[in-house]
Amino acid sequence: MYRVLAREDLTPEIHLFRVEAPGVARKAQAGQFVIVRSDEKGERIPLTIADWDEKEGSVTVVFMEVGATTRKLSCVNAGEAILDFVGPLGRPTEIEKFGTVACVAGGFAIATIVPIARAMREAGNRVVSIMGFRTRDLVFWEDRLGSVSDELIVSTDDGSYKRKGLVTEPLKELLQNTRIDRVIAIGPTVMMKFCSLTTKPFHVKTIVSLNPIMVDGTGMCGCCRVSVGEETKFACVDGPDFDGHEVDWDLLMSRQRAYLEEEKEASAFWEAACSGAKNHA
Amino acid sequence: MPKKVNLNRVPIPKQEPAARKKNFSEVALGYGEEEAIEEASRCLQCPKPTCKDGCPVNVDIPEFIEAVRDRNMVEAVRILKGKNSLPGICGRVCPQETQCEERCALAKKGAPVAIGRLERYVADWERAHPELAAKQEVDYVAGGRKVAVVGSGPAGLTCAADLVKMGHEVTIFEALHVAGGVLMYGIPEFRLPKQIVQGEVDYVKSLGVEIKLDHVIGKIATADELLESGYDAVFLAPGAGAPMFLSIPGENLNNVYSANEFLTRTNLMKAYLFPRWDTPVKRGRRVAVFGGGNVAMDASRCALRLGAEEVYVIYRRSKVEMPARLEERENAEEEGVIFRLLTNPKSFMGDEQGRVRAVECYEMELGEPDDSGRRRPIRKPGTEHSIEIDTAIVALGTRPNPIIPSTTEGLELTRWGTIRADEATGRTSRDRIWCGGDMATGAATVISAMGAGKRAAADIDAYLREKR
Ligand SMILES: Cc1cc2nc3c(=O)[nH]c(=O)nc-3n(C[C@H](O)[C@H](O)[C@H](O)COP(=O)(O)OP(=O)(O)OC[C@H]3O[C@@H](n4cnc5c(N)ncnc54)[C@H](O)[C@@H]3O)c2cc1C
Ligand SMILES: Cc1cc2nc3c(=O)[nH]c(=O)nc-3n(C[C@H](O)[C@H](O)[C@H](O)COP(=O)(O)OP(=O)(O)OC[C@H]3O[C@@H](n4cnc5c(N)ncnc54)[C@H](O)[C@@H]3O)c2cc1C
Ligand code: SF4
Ligand code: SF4
Ligand code: FES
Repeated sequence: MYRVLAREDLTPEIHLFRVEAPGVARKAQAGQFVIVRSDEKGERIPLTIADWDEKEGSVTVVFMEVGATTRKLSCVNAGEAILDFVGPLGRPTEIEKFGTVACVAGGFAIATIVPIARAMREAGNRVVSIMGFRTRDLVFWEDRLGSVSDELIVSTDDGSYKRKGLVTEPLKELLQNTRIDRVIAIGPTVMMKFCSLTTKPFHVKTIVSLNPIMVDGTGMCGCCRVSVGEETKFACVDGPDFDGHEVDWDLLMSRQRAYLEEEKEASAFWEAACSGAKNHA
Repeated sequence: MPKKVNLNRVPIPKQEPAARKKNFSEVALGYGEEEAIEEASRCLQCPKPTCKDGCPVNVDIPEFIEAVRDRNMVEAVRILKGKNSLPGICGRVCPQETQCEERCALAKKGAPVAIGRLERYVADWERAHPELAAKQEVDYVAGGRKVAVVGSGPAGLTCAADLVKMGHEVTIFEALHVAGGVLMYGIPEFRLPKQIVQGEVDYVKSLGVEIKLDHVIGKIATADELLESGYDAVFLAPGAGAPMFLSIPGENLNNVYSANEFLTRTNLMKAYLFPRWDTPVKRGRRVAVFGGGNVAMDASRCALRLGAEEVYVIYRRSKVEMPARLEERENAEEEGVIFRLLTNPKSFMGDEQGRVRAVECYEMELGEPDDSGRRRPIRKPGTEHSIEIDTAIVALGTRPNPIIPSTTEGLELTRWGTIRADEATGRTSRDRIWCGGDMATGAATVISAMGAGKRAAADIDAYLREKR
């Protein structure tokens, strides 16, 4: 069992857990992930390591409620425990002195790009970060990402806060006006796809963190296969970071939808069970 | 006067095919006491029992069978467990027909003693009579050393149990959230009830072995870090768990699974209980399984139980060359699995939503024998045809997972990516690191993995004593 030491609700649907997992904390590196299982009947789902504290023996994850498992997790309070927490898995993000690095993130991935921006900066890079949200109410960690970046650009899709528009617009301007040596883009699949398309004409290497459906996270099942440069790779062991210009995005998006019907059924079942339990209490 | 030889093996009761293909309960129901005694009485008690040579761990076969015949089950348990710490598992899944039973004196007459079924009977008896079962003497030797075992499949469990009995302090590190390896995630409930595996795991724990789940060695700690942190020896038994694919067009379509994924979702994650359990698996109506081994049989029979109307096993050679156990093939056939032999897939076709909808195949014929001694399949031109399916399961076999080899310096590998280990001792090219089971041999059997675990335990113990 892995105790949740602290919980923070970053937005109504995005939650942060600081989890007691000293073994994972000792070895964690930016860009790696953990596999989490909430309870005995639970599914194994991957979550990126958003931060870690070796001294405290804790690992931080940030997740968004999208379906049954993430909703179940959102019911766990500080002091309670998660059944399984396996990691650190996957290859760490390649950190080197590249020059100027643009870190682009959307939604829950703001949290996961912070350790990468921090590591890039510690490696001697100039870091320009771009963070995008749907709307003002969903903005979080502006200061946190700001504190590890030399420059920070914030945008909202509806223009309710700072720049209006998608993250690809400031990214394009940046590429036009400055020399960028590497781009890291993390967030929803469409966002990563369009960031890759944006940087392609500028020939700037763009690293994305792929999020296919996984089961074991250790290279045992092949569920997470993605096609990169025409080659099949297992995202959990060969990635999750890949060159965004080489990724077959349509395949990834199609595979992410593989269980759409089952996910609806699971959510409905879980809602029913959950409201039953609430009525009972 | 010599006893008259009885050539009638006592049949094992089974669930009827029509009923069992709809449930995940065990197919073979096991002998009752009278049946077991009757079967045990068929054993000739050979003075030079050849059956024993066929068993990779040299179970004292005539001795335990004699005890069964004399209704002395406590004694039978004691004898059996002296050599085989997982008899409930081996009795069910050992390929007896190519091991102990093949060498039985009665095999030539076509009716070897049903050694596996008797073994299973004794193990099940012990589970049902925990109070009567023989107490396992554990001769703890003070001042044992600390050993780390990586992986909790049959090799790891056996090695850990033996070492702890020899007085060492043993910790098993297991990547998954349950212990048992392929016995838990691969072999389905209807062939090996998980309760039995759990029972064996609990037994190993009761001896004092600590099992740390959720620990992927190579990630949370490397083998070297285990040695640095105070373990005196490391036994690597991570199996050969990485799936192989066909490498043909369309293989990444949705609903094309590796057998590992399909079986893991079904067995380990209990997808047959979805949505009460959270993990889903596609319940295909027309399912094609590629391969001809035990894994293909397990996958096809799981697909039937999940509700498929038609399940094809597509295999490129003929029935004789199929590596699956005869018993499992017959079970599959009885349940209605359709064998498409001498057939090989060329590509998968998908629908607009990226789901597999058909597989294009061609026919094969058999040519000259290849290195493996089996006749090489050759493609017959002009035989392309397509089979409509909605789910595909690729059961071609597995390779060693590179996580441990790639994080352990100086570990010599073979050209198949397995870790080079001495067969008799399990020693690797690295000091203080041993290896056994599928990781050393490539995909093999439960009993051979156990044998490797046993031999490594003996060698580790000898090494640690010498060092003391
Ligand atoms: C390497 C990696 C890192 C990730 N990091 C984060 C993170 O830091 N924060 C976060 O909020 N999300 C992250 N995700 C996505 C997260 O795993 C899914 O949102 C989660 O599994 C959804 O589960 P659910 O049951 O709540 O939703 P469901 O209703 O089951 O699914 C919603 C969507 O999530 C995806 N999904 C479902 N099951 C899985 C699974 N077992 N593995 C992967 N994706 C799945 C599917 O595309 C699906 O359409 C990451 C994914 C990967 C592969
Ligand atoms: C579907 C299927 C059916 C089979 N049917 C039969 C049968 O009927 N009869 C028979 O005799 N054999 C059968 N086999 C083969 C048999 O199961 C294997 O040969 C045997 O389990 C190998 O044992 P092992 O201990 O070497 O490895 P495994 O059983 O594979 O166990 C290895 C364990 O190590 C863990 N692990 C892997 N990597 C790491 C790591 N880095 N850190 C920590 N832990 C790790 C794994 O999660 C796993 O639990 C079957 C195999 C399959 C897949
Ligand atoms: S362990 Fe397997 S091979 Fe040995 S006697 Fe038992 S069933 Fe036969
Ligand atoms: S060879 Fe057959 S008959 Fe002879 S002792 Fe062994 S099991 Fe009995
Ligand atoms: S999640 Fe199973 S191989 Fe990657």
